[in-house]
Amino acid sequence: MSASKAYEAGVKEYRDKYWTPDYVPLDTDLLACFKVIGQEGVPKEEVAAAVAAESSTGTWSTVWSEYLTDLEFYKGRAYRIEDVPGDPSAFYTFIAYPLDLFEEGSVVNVLTSLVGNVFGFKALRSLRLEDIRFPIAYIKTCGGPPAGIQLERDRLNKYGRPLLGATIKPKLGLSAKNYGRAVYECLRGGLDLTKDDENINSQPFMRWRDRWDFVAEAIDKAERETGERKGHYLNVTASTPEEMYKRAEYAKELNMPIIMHDFLTGGFTANTGLANWCRENGILLHIHRAMHAVIDRNPHHGIHFRVLAKCLRLSGGDQLHTGTVVGKLEGDRNSTLGFVDQLRESFVPEDRSRGVFFDQDWGSMPGVFAVASGGIHVWHMPALVTIFGDDSILQFGGGTQGHPWGNAAGACANRVALEASVKARNEGREIEKEARDILTEAASHSPELAIAMETWKEIKFEFDTVDKLDVQ
Amino acid sequence: MNTQGDYQTKATLETFGFLPKLSAEDIQKQIAYMVANGWSPAIEHEHPNNKMEHYWTMWKLPFFGETNMANILAELEACRRSYPDHNIRLIGYDPYTQSQPVCFVVYEG
Repeated sequence: MSASKAYEAGVKEYRDKYWTPDYVPLDTDLLACFKVIGQEGVPKEEVAAAVAAESSTGTWSTVWSEYLTDLEFYKGRAYRIEDVPGDPSAFYTFIAYPLDLFEEGSVVNVLTSLVGNVFGFKALRSLRLEDIRFPIAYIKTCGGPPAGIQLERDRLNKYGRPLLGATIKPKLGLSAKNYGRAVYECLRGGLDLTKDDENINSQPFMRWRDRWDFVAEAIDKAERETGERKGHYLNVTASTPEEMYKRAEYAKELNMPIIMHDFLTGGFTANTGLANWCRENGILLHIHRAMHAVIDRNPHHGIHFRVLAKCLRLSGGDQLHTGTVVGKLEGDRNSTLGFVDQLRESFVPEDRSRGVFFDQDWGSMPGVFAVASGGIHVWHMPALVTIFGDDSILQFGGGTQGHPWGNAAGACANRVALEASVKARNEGREIEKEARDILTEAASHSPELAIAMETWKEIKFEFDTVDKLDVQ
Repeated sequence: MNTQGDYQTKATLETFGFLPKLSAEDIQKQIAYMVANGWSPAIEHEHPNNKMEHYWTMWKLPFFGETNMANILAELEACRRSYPDHNIRLIGYDPYTQSQPVCFVVYEG
Protein backbone atom coordinates (compact mmCIF):
# COMPACT_ATOMS: atom_id res chain seq x y z
CA MET A 1 0.00 0.00 0.00
CA SER A 2 2.90 2.37 0.45
CA ALA A 3 3.69 3.25 -3.21
CA SER A 4 0.23 4.36 -4.30
CA LYS A 5 -1.61 7.45 -3.17
CA ALA A 6 -4.89 7.45 -1.38
CA TYR A 7 -8.02 8.88 -2.99
CA GLU A 8 -9.06 12.28 -1.67
CA ALA A 9 -12.31 13.70 -3.03
CA GLY A 10 -12.48 17.41 -3.78
CA VAL A 11 -11.31 20.18 -6.08
CA LYS A 12 -7.61 20.83 -6.61
CA GLU A 13 -5.83 23.73 -8.18
CA TYR A 14 -4.96 22.88 -11.76
CA ARG A 15 -1.40 24.18 -11.42
CA ASP A 16 -0.46 21.55 -8.86
CA LYS A 17 -0.68 18.94 -11.54
CA TYR A 18 -0.64 20.60 -14.97
CA TRP A 19 1.87 23.47 -14.63
CA THR A 20 5.30 21.88 -15.18
CA PRO A 21 7.83 24.62 -16.04
CA ASP A 22 10.77 22.19 -15.80
CA TYR A 23 9.33 19.79 -18.37
CA VAL A 24 11.45 19.21 -21.49
CA PRO A 25 9.09 18.24 -24.35
CA LEU A 26 9.73 14.93 -26.07
CA ASP A 27 10.18 14.59 -29.83
CA THR A 28 7.00 12.50 -29.82
CA ASP A 29 4.90 15.06 -27.95
CA LEU A 30 2.28 17.06 -29.75
CA LEU A 31 2.94 20.70 -28.83
CA ALA A 32 0.45 23.55 -28.91
CA CYS A 33 0.66 27.28 -28.39
CA PHE A 34 -2.46 29.09 -27.19
CA LYS A 35 -3.01 32.81 -26.79
CA VAL A 36 -4.98 33.28 -23.59
CA ILE A 37 -6.81 36.00 -21.71
CA GLY A 38 -7.77 34.72 -18.25
CA GLN A 39 -10.43 36.03 -15.93
CA GLU A 40 -9.31 38.93 -13.75
CA GLY A 41 -7.19 37.98 -10.74
CA VAL A 42 -6.44 34.41 -11.79
CA PRO A 43 -2.65 33.80 -11.91
CA LYS A 44 -1.22 33.04 -15.37
CA GLU A 45 0.16 29.68 -14.24
CA GLU A 46 -3.29 28.60 -13.06
CA VAL A 47 -4.90 29.68 -16.33
CA ALA A 48 -2.22 27.90 -18.39
CA ALA A 49 -2.60 24.76 -16.30
CA ALA A 50 -6.38 24.90 -16.68
CA VAL A 51 -6.01 25.00 -20.47
CA ALA A 52 -3.66 22.00 -20.35
CA ALA A 53 -6.02 20.08 -18.09
CA GLU A 54 -9.26 20.84 -19.89
CA SER A 55 -7.74 19.99 -23.29
CA SER A 56 -6.35 16.67 -22.05
CA THR A 57 -7.10 14.46 -19.06
CA GLY A 58 -8.51 16.88 -16.53
CA THR A 59 -11.94 17.43 -15.18
CA TRP A 60 -13.04 19.98 -12.56
CA SER A 61 -13.19 17.50 -9.69
CA THR A 62 -10.97 14.65 -8.63
CA VAL A 63 -12.60 11.28 -9.39
CA TRP A 64 -11.77 7.90 -7.88
CA SER A 65 -11.33 6.18 -11.25
CA GLU A 66 -8.30 8.29 -12.18
CA TYR A 67 -6.42 6.12 -9.69
CA LEU A 68 -6.96 3.14 -11.99
CA THR A 69 -4.65 4.69 -14.59
CA ASP A 70 -1.41 6.64 -14.66
CA LEU A 71 -2.51 10.18 -15.39
CA GLU A 72 1.05 11.40 -14.96
CA PHE A 73 1.68 9.59 -18.25
CA TYR A 74 -1.41 10.82 -20.09
CA LYS A 75 -1.78 14.40 -18.91
CA GLY A 76 -1.08 17.51 -20.99
CA ARG A 77 1.56 19.78 -19.46
CA ALA A 78 1.72 23.56 -19.57
CA TYR A 79 5.48 24.04 -19.75
CA ARG A 80 5.98 27.67 -20.74
CA ILE A 81 4.34 31.08 -20.54
CA GLU A 82 5.32 34.06 -22.68
CA ASP A 83 4.20 37.65 -23.07
CA VAL A 84 2.44 38.55 -26.30
CA PRO A 85 4.45 41.34 -27.96
CA GLY A 86 2.38 44.53 -28.14
CA ASP A 87 -0.61 43.03 -26.31
CA PRO A 88 -0.41 43.17 -22.48
CA SER A 89 -3.96 41.80 -22.13
CA ALA A 90 -2.97 38.31 -23.32
CA PHE A 91 -0.18 35.77 -22.89
CA TYR A 92 0.96 32.65 -24.71
CA THR A 93 0.96 29.28 -23.05
CA PHE A 94 2.80 26.28 -24.49
CA ILE A 95 1.39 22.84 -23.81
CA ALA A 96 2.86 19.39 -24.46
CA TYR A 97 0.53 16.44 -25.05
CA PRO A 98 1.76 12.84 -25.05
CA LEU A 99 1.30 11.06 -28.39
CA ASP A 100 -0.94 8.37 -26.88
CA LEU A 101 -3.72 10.90 -26.26
CA PHE A 102 -4.60 10.87 -29.95
CA GLU A 103 -5.97 8.33 -32.38
CA GLU A 104 -3.62 7.70 -35.29
CA GLY A 105 -4.40 9.50 -38.54
CA SER A 106 -7.25 11.56 -37.07
CA VAL A 107 -7.05 15.34 -37.08
CA VAL A 108 -10.67 15.06 -36.01
CA ASN A 109 -9.56 13.53 -32.73
CA VAL A 110 -6.72 16.03 -32.24
CA LEU A 111 -9.04 18.99 -32.74
CA THR A 112 -11.78 17.54 -30.56
CA SER A 113 -9.31 17.56 -27.68
CA LEU A 114 -7.39 20.76 -28.35
CA VAL A 115 -10.27 23.00 -29.37
CA GLY A 116 -13.11 21.21 -27.60
CA ASN A 117 -14.67 22.08 -24.24
CA VAL A 118 -11.69 24.19 -23.25
CA PHE A 119 -12.85 26.99 -25.56
CA GLY A 120 -15.99 27.49 -23.52
CA PHE A 121 -14.22 27.24 -20.18
CA LYS A 122 -15.44 29.97 -17.81
CA ALA A 123 -12.04 30.69 -16.26
CA LEU A 124 -10.93 32.04 -19.63
CA ARG A 125 -12.15 35.24 -21.22
CA SER A 126 -10.77 34.20 -24.59
CA LEU A 127 -8.58 31.55 -26.11
CA ARG A 128 -6.89 31.14 -29.49
CA LEU A 129 -4.99 28.14 -30.77
CA GLU A 130 -2.02 29.77 -32.49
CA ASP A 131 0.02 26.78 -33.63
CA ILE A 132 0.45 23.02 -33.28
CA ARG A 133 3.71 21.11 -33.65
CA PHE A 134 2.73 17.68 -34.93
CA PRO A 135 5.42 15.12 -34.10
CA ILE A 136 6.75 13.27 -37.13
CA ALA A 137 5.56 10.05 -35.52
CA TYR A 138 1.99 11.34 -35.80
CA ILE A 139 2.41 12.76 -39.29
CA LYS A 140 3.44 9.33 -40.55
CA THR A 141 0.00 8.01 -39.53
CA CYS A 142 -1.86 10.52 -41.74
CA GLY A 143 -2.63 10.06 -45.44
CA GLY A 144 -2.01 13.65 -46.48
CA PRO A 145 -2.46 15.06 -49.99
CA PRO A 146 -3.86 12.50 -52.45
CA ALA A 147 -1.21 13.45 -55.04
CA GLY A 148 0.86 16.44 -53.93
CA ILE A 149 2.59 19.18 -55.90
CA GLN A 150 5.10 17.06 -57.80
CA LEU A 151 2.62 14.47 -59.07
CA GLU A 152 0.06 17.14 -59.84
CA ARG A 153 2.55 18.99 -62.07
CA ASP A 154 3.39 15.74 -63.85
CA ARG A 155 -0.25 14.81 -64.43
CA LEU A 156 -1.19 18.27 -65.67
CA ASN A 157 2.09 18.90 -67.55
CA LYS A 158 2.60 22.33 -65.93
CA TYR A 159 6.17 23.29 -65.09
CA GLY A 160 8.24 26.29 -64.17
CA ARG A 161 5.41 28.67 -63.33
CA PRO A 162 2.36 29.10 -61.12
CA LEU A 163 -0.83 27.53 -62.48
CA LEU A 164 -3.55 29.85 -63.68
CA GLY A 165 -7.22 29.48 -62.82
CA ALA A 166 -10.56 31.21 -62.40
CA THR A 167 -13.75 30.71 -60.47
CA ILE A 168 -16.72 30.70 -62.83
CA LYS A 169 -19.04 33.69 -62.45
CA PRO A 170 -21.78 34.56 -61.78
CA LYS A 171 -21.35 32.23 -58.82
CA LEU A 172 -25.03 31.25 -58.77
CA GLY A 173 -27.82 31.04 -61.31
CA LEU A 174 -26.30 29.78 -64.57
CA SER A 175 -27.78 26.78 -66.38
CA ALA A 176 -25.48 23.81 -66.95
CA LYS A 177 -24.95 24.53 -70.63
CA ASN A 178 -24.23 28.22 -70.12
CA TYR A 179 -21.90 27.36 -67.25
CA GLY A 180 -19.97 24.95 -69.49
CA ARG A 181 -19.69 27.74 -72.06
CA ALA A 182 -18.05 30.01 -69.47
CA VAL A 183 -15.62 27.18 -68.59
CA TYR A 184 -14.76 26.52 -72.24
CA GLU A 185 -14.12 30.19 -72.93
CA CYS A 186 -11.72 30.51 -69.97
CA LEU A 187 -9.82 27.36 -70.89
CA ARG A 188 -9.47 28.06 -74.59
CA GLY A 189 -8.11 31.51 -73.72
CA GLY A 190 -5.17 30.07 -71.79
CA LEU A 191 -6.23 29.16 -68.24
CA ASP A 192 -5.08 25.81 -66.91
CA LEU A 193 -7.99 25.27 -64.53
CA THR A 194 -11.41 26.62 -63.69
CA LYS A 195 -13.36 26.22 -60.49
CA ASP A 196 -16.89 25.76 -59.21
CA ASP A 197 -17.69 28.49 -56.76
CA GLU A 198 -17.99 27.04 -53.27
CA ASN A 199 -21.73 27.58 -52.99
CA ILE A 200 -22.39 25.76 -56.28
CA ASN A 201 -23.45 22.26 -55.25
CA SER A 202 -26.61 20.96 -56.94
CA GLN A 203 -29.25 23.65 -56.95
CA PRO A 204 -32.53 23.71 -58.90
CA PHE A 205 -31.07 25.95 -61.63
CA MET A 206 -28.19 23.51 -62.34
CA ARG A 207 -28.08 19.96 -61.01
CA TRP A 208 -24.64 18.49 -60.45
CA ARG A 209 -24.82 15.72 -63.06
CA ASP A 210 -25.72 18.14 -65.84
CA ARG A 211 -22.85 20.42 -64.82
CA TRP A 212 -20.42 17.49 -64.92
CA ASP A 213 -21.53 16.55 -68.46
CA PHE A 214 -21.23 20.02 -69.97
CA VAL A 215 -17.97 20.84 -68.17
CA ALA A 216 -16.44 17.55 -69.36
CA GLU A 217 -17.25 18.51 -72.95
CA ALA A 218 -15.78 21.99 -72.41
CA ILE A 219 -12.52 20.56 -71.07
CA ASP A 220 -12.24 18.01 -73.86
CA LYS A 221 -12.77 20.61 -76.57
CA ALA A 222 -10.37 23.12 -75.00
CA GLU A 223 -7.65 20.46 -74.70
CA ARG A 224 -8.03 19.40 -78.32
CA GLU A 225 -7.91 22.96 -79.60
CA THR A 226 -5.09 24.32 -77.45
CA GLY A 227 -2.94 21.21 -77.12
CA GLU A 228 -2.58 21.90 -73.39
CA ARG A 229 -3.92 19.98 -70.42
CA LYS A 230 -6.98 21.48 -68.72
CA GLY A 231 -9.17 20.81 -65.73
CA HIS A 232 -12.14 22.08 -63.71
CA TYR A 233 -12.66 21.62 -59.98
CA LEU A 234 -16.01 19.84 -59.78
CA ASN A 235 -17.39 20.63 -56.33
CA VAL A 236 -18.52 17.36 -54.74
CA THR A 237 -19.32 18.96 -51.37
CA ALA A 238 -22.77 17.59 -50.51
CA SER A 239 -25.24 17.03 -47.72
CA THR A 240 -24.11 13.47 -47.00
CA PRO A 241 -20.94 11.44 -47.58
CA GLU A 242 -22.94 9.02 -49.74
CA GLU A 243 -23.99 11.81 -52.07
CA MET A 244 -20.44 13.19 -52.12
CA TYR A 245 -18.96 9.86 -53.21
CA LYS A 246 -21.67 9.39 -55.83
CA ARG A 247 -20.68 12.70 -57.44
CA ALA A 248 -16.98 11.85 -57.20
CA GLU A 249 -17.57 8.50 -58.91
CA TYR A 250 -19.30 10.17 -61.85
CA ALA A 251 -16.39 12.65 -62.21
CA LYS A 252 -14.11 9.62 -62.43
CA GLU A 253 -16.34 8.02 -65.03
CA LEU A 254 -15.95 11.16 -67.17
CA ASN A 255 -12.12 11.02 -66.75
CA MET A 256 -12.04 14.36 -64.96
CA PRO A 257 -8.61 15.15 -63.48
CA ILE A 258 -9.75 17.03 -60.36
CA ILE A 259 -12.64 17.46 -57.93
CA MET A 260 -13.21 19.87 -55.07
CA HIS A 261 -14.30 19.90 -51.41
CA ASP A 262 -15.06 22.51 -48.77
CA PHE A 263 -13.13 21.15 -45.80
CA LEU A 264 -14.61 23.20 -42.96
CA THR A 265 -18.31 23.22 -43.86
CA GLY A 266 -18.03 19.61 -45.08
CA GLY A 267 -15.96 18.65 -42.07
CA PHE A 268 -12.68 16.88 -41.51
CA THR A 269 -14.20 13.39 -41.47
CA ALA A 270 -15.71 13.87 -44.93
CA ASN A 271 -12.51 15.51 -46.13
CA THR A 272 -10.20 12.75 -44.97
CA GLY A 273 -12.45 10.10 -46.49
CA LEU A 274 -12.62 11.96 -49.79
CA ALA A 275 -8.84 12.46 -49.85
CA ASN A 276 -8.40 8.71 -49.43
CA TRP A 277 -10.88 8.11 -52.25
CA CYS A 278 -8.96 10.55 -54.50
CA ARG A 279 -5.66 8.78 -53.75
CA GLU A 280 -7.24 5.41 -54.58
CA ASN A 281 -8.76 6.70 -57.81
CA GLY A 282 -6.01 8.97 -59.16
CA ILE A 283 -8.01 12.19 -58.99
CA LEU A 284 -6.69 15.51 -57.64
CA LEU A 285 -8.46 17.30 -54.78
CA HIS A 286 -8.93 21.07 -54.63
CA ILE A 287 -9.86 22.43 -51.20
CA HIS A 288 -11.98 25.50 -50.49
CA ARG A 289 -12.13 27.04 -47.00
CA ALA A 290 -15.60 28.55 -46.50
CA MET A 291 -16.18 29.40 -42.79
CA HIS A 292 -12.47 29.86 -42.05
CA ALA A 293 -12.77 33.58 -41.27
CA VAL A 294 -15.42 32.80 -38.64
CA ILE A 295 -12.82 30.68 -36.88
CA ASP A 296 -9.55 32.47 -37.60
CA ARG A 297 -10.09 36.21 -37.96
CA ASN A 298 -10.46 37.29 -34.32
CA PRO A 299 -6.93 37.79 -32.96
CA HIS A 300 -8.02 36.77 -29.42
CA HIS A 301 -10.35 33.82 -29.93
CA GLY A 302 -10.56 30.84 -32.24
CA ILE A 303 -7.97 28.98 -34.31
CA HIS A 304 -5.30 30.60 -36.42
CA PHE A 305 -5.46 29.61 -40.09
CA ARG A 306 -1.92 28.17 -39.89
CA VAL A 307 -3.37 25.43 -37.68
CA LEU A 308 -6.28 24.79 -40.06
CA ALA A 309 -3.80 24.65 -42.95
CA LYS A 310 -1.61 22.11 -41.13
CA CYS A 311 -4.68 20.01 -40.33
CA LEU A 312 -5.75 20.12 -43.97
CA ARG A 313 -2.33 18.94 -45.15
CA LEU A 314 -2.68 15.97 -42.78
CA SER A 315 -6.32 15.28 -43.67
CA GLY A 316 -5.59 15.54 -47.39
CA GLY A 317 -5.89 18.01 -50.25
CA ASP A 318 -3.73 18.94 -53.24
CA GLN A 319 -4.58 22.65 -53.35
CA LEU A 320 -5.70 24.96 -50.54
CA HIS A 321 -6.89 28.56 -50.57
CA THR A 322 -4.55 30.84 -48.61
CA GLY A 323 -5.74 34.34 -49.47
CA THR A 324 -3.92 36.67 -51.81
CA VAL A 325 -2.33 39.31 -49.52
CA VAL A 326 -3.01 41.89 -52.25
CA GLY A 327 -6.67 41.25 -53.20
CA LYS A 328 -10.08 41.90 -51.64
CA LEU A 329 -9.82 39.44 -48.75
CA GLU A 330 -7.96 39.68 -45.44
CA GLY A 331 -4.35 38.44 -45.25
CA ASP A 332 -1.12 39.75 -43.71
CA ARG A 333 1.92 39.08 -45.92
CA ASN A 334 4.31 37.55 -43.40
CA SER A 335 1.60 35.52 -41.72
CA THR A 336 0.45 34.20 -45.12
CA LEU A 337 4.01 33.24 -46.06
CA GLY A 338 4.22 31.43 -42.72
CA PHE A 339 1.33 29.08 -43.44
CA VAL A 340 2.12 28.76 -47.14
CA ASP A 341 5.43 27.22 -46.01
CA GLN A 342 3.49 24.74 -43.85
CA LEU A 343 1.61 23.58 -46.94
CA ARG A 344 4.57 23.14 -49.26
CA GLU A 345 7.85 22.53 -47.43
CA SER A 346 9.23 19.36 -45.88
CA PHE A 347 10.67 21.26 -42.90
CA VAL A 348 9.62 24.65 -41.54
CA PRO A 349 11.77 26.20 -38.79
CA GLU A 350 10.33 28.30 -35.95
CA ASP A 351 10.05 31.90 -37.13
CA ARG A 352 8.09 34.31 -34.95
CA SER A 353 8.30 37.03 -37.63
CA ARG A 354 6.00 34.77 -39.68
CA GLY A 355 3.91 33.56 -36.76
CA VAL A 356 5.55 30.13 -36.76
CA PHE A 357 5.89 29.01 -33.13
CA PHE A 358 7.55 25.62 -33.61
CA ASP A 359 9.93 23.76 -35.87
CA GLN A 360 7.72 21.51 -37.99
CA ASP A 361 9.09 18.42 -39.68
CA TRP A 362 6.71 17.16 -42.40
CA GLY A 363 8.87 14.19 -43.32
CA SER A 364 7.89 12.65 -46.63
CA MET A 365 4.38 14.10 -46.71
CA PRO A 366 3.63 15.56 -50.19
CA GLY A 367 3.10 19.30 -50.53
CA VAL A 368 -0.10 21.25 -51.17
CA PHE A 369 -0.39 24.01 -53.79
CA ALA A 370 -1.20 27.44 -52.28
CA VAL A 371 -4.22 28.96 -54.03
CA ALA A 372 -4.47 32.76 -54.24
CA SER A 373 -7.97 33.82 -55.18
CA GLY A 374 -10.29 36.75 -54.53
CA GLY A 375 -10.31 40.25 -56.04
CA ILE A 376 -7.07 40.01 -58.00
CA HIS A 377 -6.37 41.20 -61.53
CA VAL A 378 -3.49 41.58 -64.01
CA TRP A 379 -1.87 44.49 -62.18
CA HIS A 380 -1.34 42.21 -59.18
CA MET A 381 0.45 39.54 -61.22
CA PRO A 382 4.10 40.48 -60.55
CA ALA A 383 3.40 40.82 -56.81
CA LEU A 384 1.57 37.47 -56.72
CA VAL A 385 4.42 35.67 -58.49
CA THR A 386 6.86 37.19 -55.99
CA ILE A 387 4.78 36.39 -52.91
CA PHE A 388 3.60 32.89 -53.83
CA GLY A 389 6.34 31.59 -56.15
CA ASP A 390 5.83 28.80 -58.67
CA ASP A 391 4.05 26.27 -56.45
CA SER A 392 0.83 28.21 -56.41
CA ILE A 393 -2.40 28.59 -58.32
CA LEU A 394 -3.40 32.14 -59.13
CA GLN A 395 -7.14 32.48 -59.67
CA PHE A 396 -8.73 35.45 -61.33
CA GLY A 397 -12.54 35.24 -61.39
CA GLY A 398 -13.78 38.76 -62.10
CA GLY A 399 -10.25 39.48 -63.32
CA THR A 400 -10.77 37.02 -66.19
CA GLN A 401 -14.49 37.13 -66.91
CA GLY A 402 -14.81 40.88 -66.46
CA HIS A 403 -12.62 41.53 -69.51
CA PRO A 404 -14.42 43.76 -72.06
CA TRP A 405 -13.92 41.10 -74.77
CA GLY A 406 -15.00 38.17 -72.63
CA ASN A 407 -13.54 35.18 -70.82
CA ALA A 408 -11.14 33.94 -73.49
CA ALA A 409 -9.49 37.33 -73.96
CA GLY A 410 -9.41 37.81 -70.19
CA ALA A 411 -7.73 34.43 -69.75
CA CYS A 412 -5.19 35.28 -72.44
CA ALA A 413 -4.40 38.62 -70.75
CA ASN A 414 -3.70 36.85 -67.47
CA ARG A 415 -1.60 34.14 -69.10
CA VAL A 416 0.52 36.73 -70.93
CA ALA A 417 0.98 38.72 -67.70
CA LEU A 418 1.89 35.55 -65.78
CA GLU A 419 4.44 34.33 -68.30
CA ALA A 420 5.98 37.78 -68.71
CA SER A 421 6.36 38.01 -64.93
CA VAL A 422 7.94 34.55 -64.65
CA LYS A 423 10.30 35.22 -67.54
CA ALA A 424 11.40 38.54 -66.05
CA ARG A 425 11.86 36.99 -62.60
CA ASN A 426 14.07 34.26 -64.07
CA GLU A 427 16.09 36.98 -65.79
CA GLY A 428 16.85 38.41 -62.36
CA ARG A 429 14.58 41.45 -62.54
CA GLU A 430 12.80 42.78 -59.43
CA ILE A 431 9.35 42.21 -60.81
CA GLU A 432 7.34 43.72 -57.97
CA LYS A 433 9.19 47.03 -58.32
CA GLU A 434 9.27 46.91 -62.10
CA ALA A 435 5.67 45.71 -62.41
CA ARG A 436 4.52 48.59 -64.60
CA ASP A 437 7.43 48.24 -67.06
CA ILE A 438 7.11 44.47 -67.33
CA LEU A 439 3.37 44.52 -67.91
CA THR A 440 3.53 47.45 -70.34
CA GLU A 441 6.24 45.68 -72.30
CA ALA A 442 4.15 42.49 -72.42
CA ALA A 443 1.02 44.41 -73.43
CA SER A 444 2.82 45.76 -76.49
CA HIS A 445 2.38 42.33 -78.11
CA SER A 446 -0.97 41.48 -76.48
CA PRO A 447 -3.98 43.72 -77.12
CA GLU A 448 -5.90 41.51 -74.65
CA LEU A 449 -3.50 42.46 -71.86
CA ALA A 450 -3.48 46.12 -72.87
CA ILE A 451 -7.28 46.33 -72.51
CA ALA A 452 -7.20 44.41 -69.21
CA MET A 453 -4.64 46.86 -67.79
CA GLU A 454 -6.83 49.77 -68.85
CA THR A 455 -9.96 48.16 -67.33
CA TRP A 456 -8.53 47.47 -63.89
CA LYS A 457 -5.99 50.27 -63.48
CA GLU A 458 -7.88 52.01 -60.66
CA ILE A 459 -8.97 49.02 -58.57
CA LYS A 460 -7.25 48.74 -55.21
CA PHE A 461 -8.17 47.05 -51.94
CA GLU A 462 -6.30 49.06 -49.34
CA PHE A 463 -7.81 48.25 -45.98
CA ASP A 464 -5.77 47.46 -42.91
CA THR A 465 -5.55 43.84 -41.80
CA VAL A 466 -7.70 42.99 -38.76
CA ASP A 467 -5.68 39.98 -37.64
CA LYS A 468 -2.10 41.21 -37.45
CA LEU A 469 0.90 39.21 -36.28
CA ASP A 470 1.84 39.88 -32.65
CA VAL A 471 4.92 42.02 -33.16
CA GLN A 472 5.97 45.32 -31.61
CA MET B 1 -13.31 44.56 -91.04
CA ASN B 2 -13.06 45.15 -87.35
CA THR B 3 -11.96 41.93 -85.67
CA GLN B 4 -11.25 43.51 -82.27
CA GLY B 5 -12.70 41.26 -79.61
CA ASP B 6 -12.71 38.19 -81.87
CA TYR B 7 -10.46 35.99 -79.78
CA GLN B 8 -8.92 33.17 -81.82
CA THR B 9 -7.98 30.04 -79.88
CA LYS B 10 -4.24 29.43 -80.00
CA ALA B 11 -2.52 26.04 -80.05
CA THR B 12 0.26 26.52 -77.51
CA LEU B 13 2.99 24.49 -75.87
CA GLU B 14 2.50 25.21 -72.16
CA THR B 15 4.98 27.51 -70.35
CA PHE B 16 5.95 30.65 -72.33
CA GLY B 17 3.49 29.60 -75.04
CA PHE B 18 1.80 33.01 -74.78
CA LEU B 19 4.97 35.07 -75.19
CA PRO B 20 6.50 36.13 -78.51
CA LYS B 21 9.17 33.76 -79.84
CA LEU B 22 12.12 33.87 -77.44
CA SER B 23 15.28 35.53 -78.80
CA ALA B 24 18.72 33.96 -78.48
CA GLU B 25 19.41 36.37 -75.62
CA ASP B 26 16.13 35.43 -73.90
CA ILE B 27 17.04 31.75 -74.08
CA GLN B 28 20.51 32.40 -72.67
CA LYS B 29 19.01 34.25 -69.69
CA GLN B 30 16.71 31.33 -68.91
CA ILE B 31 19.66 28.93 -69.11
CA ALA B 32 21.64 31.20 -66.77
CA TYR B 33 18.73 31.06 -64.28
CA MET B 34 18.70 27.28 -64.44
CA VAL B 35 22.46 26.95 -64.03
CA ALA B 36 22.52 29.49 -61.16
CA ASN B 37 19.98 27.34 -59.28
CA GLY B 38 22.02 24.19 -59.77
CA TRP B 39 19.39 22.43 -61.88
CA SER B 40 20.52 19.90 -64.49
CA PRO B 41 19.87 20.85 -68.12
CA ALA B 42 18.16 18.34 -70.40
CA ILE B 43 16.83 18.51 -73.94
CA GLU B 44 13.82 16.64 -75.35
CA HIS B 45 12.31 16.59 -78.82
CA GLU B 46 9.17 15.16 -80.38
CA HIS B 47 7.11 15.42 -83.52
CA PRO B 48 4.31 18.00 -83.10
CA ASN B 49 1.69 15.27 -83.65
CA ASN B 50 2.69 13.75 -80.31
CA LYS B 51 3.03 16.97 -78.34
CA MET B 52 0.50 16.05 -75.65
CA GLU B 53 2.28 12.85 -74.64
CA HIS B 54 4.10 12.96 -71.31
CA TYR B 55 7.26 11.49 -72.75
CA TRP B 56 9.13 13.20 -75.52
CA THR B 57 12.31 11.61 -76.86
CA MET B 58 15.43 12.56 -74.91
CA TRP B 59 18.29 14.19 -76.80
CA LYS B 60 21.15 12.17 -75.28
CA LEU B 61 21.11 11.98 -71.48
CA PRO B 62 20.45 15.01 -69.26
CA PHE B 63 23.65 17.07 -69.01
CA PHE B 64 24.29 16.53 -65.32
CA GLY B 65 26.75 19.03 -63.90
CA GLU B 66 26.93 21.07 -67.11
CA THR B 67 27.20 24.78 -66.33
CA ASN B 68 28.78 26.04 -69.52
CA MET B 69 26.28 28.14 -71.47
CA ALA B 70 28.00 27.54 -74.82
CA ASN B 71 27.87 23.77 -74.43
CA ILE B 72 24.16 23.80 -73.64
CA LEU B 73 23.40 26.07 -76.60
CA ALA B 74 25.51 23.83 -78.87
CA GLU B 75 23.49 20.77 -77.80
CA LEU B 76 20.23 22.62 -78.53
CA GLU B 77 21.53 23.48 -82.00
CA ALA B 78 22.72 19.92 -82.63
CA CYS B 79 19.30 18.57 -81.66
CA ARG B 80 17.61 21.06 -83.96
CA ARG B 81 19.85 20.09 -86.89
CA SER B 82 19.00 16.42 -86.39
CA TYR B 83 15.26 16.98 -85.91
CA PRO B 84 14.34 20.20 -87.74
CA ASP B 85 10.63 19.32 -87.85
CA HIS B 86 10.33 18.50 -84.12
CA ASN B 87 9.36 20.58 -81.12
CA ILE B 88 12.41 20.93 -78.87
CA ARG B 89 12.18 21.77 -75.20
CA LEU B 90 14.74 22.66 -72.58
CA ILE B 91 14.28 21.25 -69.09
CA GLY B 92 15.96 21.95 -65.76
CA TYR B 93 15.77 18.94 -63.45
CA ASP B 94 15.72 19.46 -59.67
CA PRO B 95 16.64 16.17 -57.96
CA TYR B 96 15.36 17.43 -54.59
CA THR B 97 11.75 18.02 -55.69
CA GLN B 98 12.01 15.48 -58.55
CA SER B 99 10.29 18.08 -60.69
CA GLN B 100 11.14 20.43 -63.52
CA PRO B 101 11.42 24.01 -62.26
CA VAL B 102 12.35 24.98 -65.81
CA CYS B 103 10.61 23.56 -68.88
CA PHE B 104 9.83 25.48 -72.05
CA VAL B 105 9.83 24.91 -75.78
CA VAL B 106 12.80 26.53 -77.48
CA TYR B 107 12.08 25.56 -81.09
CA GLU B 108 8.79 24.63 -82.69
CA GLY B 109 8.78 22.04 -85.46
